[in-house]
Amino acid sequence: MAHAYTPGLRVSELVRVRRERRLPLKGEVKVKAGEPVEPASVVACTELPGNVQTLNLAAKLSLDPARVPESLTRPIGSRVHRGDVIAQGRSLFGLLSQRAHAPADGTLESVSAITGQMILREPPIPVEIHAYMRGVIAEVLPGEGAVVETEAAFMQGIFGIGGETFGPLSVATRSPDEELTPDRLGEAHRGRVIVGGCYASHATLMRARELGVAAVVVGGFDDHDLRQLLGRDLGVAITGSEELGLTLVLTEGFGRIPMAERTWRLLASHDGEQASVSGATQIRAGVLRPEVLVPHARRPAVAASAAAHPGLELGSLLRVIREPFFGRIGHVIELPPELQSLETEAQVRVACVEFCDDGSRAMVPRANVELIEV
Amino acid sequence: MEIRPESIRSILATDCGSTTTKAILIERRDGQYRLVVRGEAPTTVEAPFEDVTRGVLNAVREVEELAHRRILDGERIVTPQTGDQGVDLYVSTSSAGGGLQMMVSGLVLQMTGESAQRAALGAGAIVMDVIALNDGRRPHEKIRRLRQLRPDMILLSGGTDGGDVKRVIEMAETLAAADPKPRLGAGYELPVIYAGNRDAAAMVRECLGSRTTLSVVPNLRPTLETENLRPARDAIHELFMEHVMAHAPGYKKLMSWSPVPIMPTPGAVGIIVEKIARRDRLAVVGVDIGGATTDVFSVFQEVFNRTVSANLGMSYSVSNVMAEAGLENILRWVPFEVDEVGLRNRIKNKMVRPTTIPQSLEDLVIEQAIAREALRLAFEQHKALATGLKGIQTERTISDIMSQTESGATLVNLLELGLLVGSGGVLSHAPRRAQAAFMMLDAFLPEGLTHLAVDSIFMAPQLGVLSTVHEAAATEVFERDCLIRLGAALAPIGTARSGHACVGVELVSPGRAPERRQVAFGDVALLPLPKEGVSRLTAHPERGFDLGLGKGKPLTAEVLGGVVGLIVDARGRRPFQLPGRMSERIGKLRAWNQAMGLYAREV
Repeated sequence: MAHAYTPGLRVSELVRVRRERRLPLKGEVKVKAGEPVEPASVVACTELPGNVQTLNLAAKLSLDPARVPESLTRPIGSRVHRGDVIAQGRSLFGLLSQRAHAPADGTLESVSAITGQMILREPPIPVEIHAYMRGVIAEVLPGEGAVVETEAAFMQGIFGIGGETFGPLSVATRSPDEELTPDRLGEAHRGRVIVGGCYASHATLMRARELGVAAVVVGGFDDHDLRQLLGRDLGVAITGSEELGLTLVLTEGFGRIPMAERTWRLLASHDGEQASVSGATQIRAGVLRPEVLVPHARRPAVAASAAAHPGLELGSLLRVIREPFFGRIGHVIELPPELQSLETEAQVRVACVEFCDDGSRAMVPRANVELIEV
Repeated sequence: MEIRPESIRSILATDCGSTTTKAILIERRDGQYRLVVRGEAPTTVEAPFEDVTRGVLNAVREVEELAHRRILDGERIVTPQTGDQGVDLYVSTSSAGGGLQMMVSGLVLQMTGESAQRAALGAGAIVMDVIALNDGRRPHEKIRRLRQLRPDMILLSGGTDGGDVKRVIEMAETLAAADPKPRLGAGYELPVIYAGNRDAAAMVRECLGSRTTLSVVPNLRPTLETENLRPARDAIHELFMEHVMAHAPGYKKLMSWSPVPIMPTPGAVGIIVEKIARRDRLAVVGVDIGGATTDVFSVFQEVFNRTVSANLGMSYSVSNVMAEAGLENILRWVPFEVDEVGLRNRIKNKMVRPTTIPQSLEDLVIEQAIAREALRLAFEQHKALATGLKGIQTERTISDIMSQTESGATLVNLLELGLLVGSGGVLSHAPRRAQAAFMMLDAFLPEGLTHLAVDSIFMAPQLGVLSTVHEAAATEVFERDCLIRLGAALAPIGTARSGHACVGVELVSPGRAPERRQVAFGDVALLPLPKEGVSRLTAHPERGFDLGLGKGKPLTAEVLGGVVGLIVDARGRRPFQLPGRMSERIGKLRAWNQAMGLYAREV
């Protein structure tokens, strides 16, 4: 059976990160294997088919649908401009002439003799895919995109909103348990990825947006403020497409929670360096967590991949991820093999934990702990 | 392969869920089929494995270890059983990879649109959207939507036989213009089922035949007054196997292991619910509350209905329960004061870390309050879809007009409901069974006398698919090992001032002294029942209260045994109301919890 604890989020000084950059439809790849890229480099581009407009010509021209195809003034496949006459018909014994005009620029795609409907396709919509992070092209996916690879300091958050962005990291609080308040932000933070401490309020995010900050990375945020930010209650954790003007990454969760020491140290050690951030989160099958990565310019490439998980064992450093000990960090001192009874009377597997802050001890369900990778 | 039920000694059944693959082993012992063991393993549809059979084999290996018998020969299930090795029959259901996701379309949203929706839901699909001529969207918006959602299959209906053809073709043209692609890759054409006006079939074929894998089946609404869902449902099951599952990773191999078609999980649950209702001649409601979705199944007046509330669940979708129900509706079930900001954060933290469990009693109470609202909302949605046909002309008498009945009224009649079955972690694994019973009572508000049960380990999918080839084995295991009978609830309809007399009950159980109780309005009483056997209940409602036979009329009935007992719920119905003032409401909740023995201490 699967392990009963939540695998920890990754926080690593150096890992090899590969990101597939794929077009939604086939198109043209603009890069070659081995080519160095910057976050804003265009990797591939394509054109999405334009929107479709339907036009009821039978009704417009007062014609029987069967006569609509012969009323066309231009053949199917023609390109037309908005306002061009595309069909005309005569009614009332040929006395009245009526015309139909193109509602938009596009191509006449089809016409039906049964319904009298015409379909006009608007011009294609150009789409570009960017590299997202500094690195090299490891692989070209012909007609579809490329794989960008880099060696980077890497951390996953627990939840985020907003899409991909990038900018220099800027640590704006003195410690991981300090709140990121609006007064800590200034003009110098425009276009930067701000690292705060335990919490940011709605007012702080508004200030960050006003200043043109690229992203904010903090320990916690209130759901109450999230609702205000999005204008609705977020029902299901599928995010990344919000257009908020900045990206928010929570490293710990909802509420006021000090950023884990290790995460803080990692981010602080790269203060000033170029980071790439994605707020996209999807918590269902195929879990996707938000991320911050800082490609290393100064270090030699060292291969590092997702390490095999050691599992929960005596001495493991962990964080409790549910009340009543939410957010506290401790070491495993005992792993009883038998099921234990909780206050709720549920019989579950537990870990006995000694907390780092005050040395107190508690029994915690294994489902409610998260390993901290050291 | 022909299956001869009498020769089946052992059965292995799996259900490939989106996160866990569950395997059960059933054996015939002393002439009866019984569950022997159950094993589970993570589902392996997604990367890095991308082969569903890995998870199935892992789950079967756990079954082998627990049952101390060999079922596998390398990576093959040994069939038939030889000595004590292998099994005689292997069957499976699947909802992995998000289950069967469909779009349906009809001409009029409330008529063929709803019929198409019922057909797809009944077959076990998640309906991503219903497209209709009158859905308020412009054609290009429908086309964009069809393109955005990449369904596994589309069910196109519309028009009655001999009716309007033009509008049906218009829908087909919209579909052709969108040129939607199937979810599981570009390597095959999207399956489309046409179940509309038969006069339009040839033209629909002309329009869609070259772009999609089109199947034409009899109209699901041949006349306004009739609905014929079976051919469309059968076609959905067939195409699910042939076109959808065949493209999911590893399913070709899995399909080759079983002589019985793999069925979508909820479709299989529906089959077993329908069979139980028919066998016991009962109106039945079944509910399965999961982490992401809640399914509701019902059989009323011999009509089966199923709905899925795609975003009402206890982990991934827990935050959506709060969004849809509103915080105040969740808090009305909590017998202590809770800070709103803290509660919102707590719910969101469960959403982002969905595998955590309540450790404190207060946390459990909050989780069960959320479950009540998720169940209530899912049942509301079910009632809205489980209706008679809409848009039909009915002959009405003066009394019909006076009673304000209308076509399309819900089939769900809580007074008629005989059995309410719950499953899913929050119900099946509630630390005390009384908690599951009370959650269902609060969410569904059954009226009169209703039996309550939970599915112990959610075996209903496997038993549903098994019942298609071996009904006796499926129903025997369902009764003996799957269903845990909790007892019954007796809820008089009516209302009065708190503390006024409401109902008197007498319960006579074999080998026990008769139990008599007067229950006042606003109170809840729990009378013990034997775990098995039949007790005799006589209930005398006060004037103004109805147990189903009319106001003030006594009810005599048989009550089946159960582990919780007979719950006399005199809190009122039509309406059921909780006190508005917080202190009063908390006092009442605490009193009810105590009467039911819900928790180890007062919360």
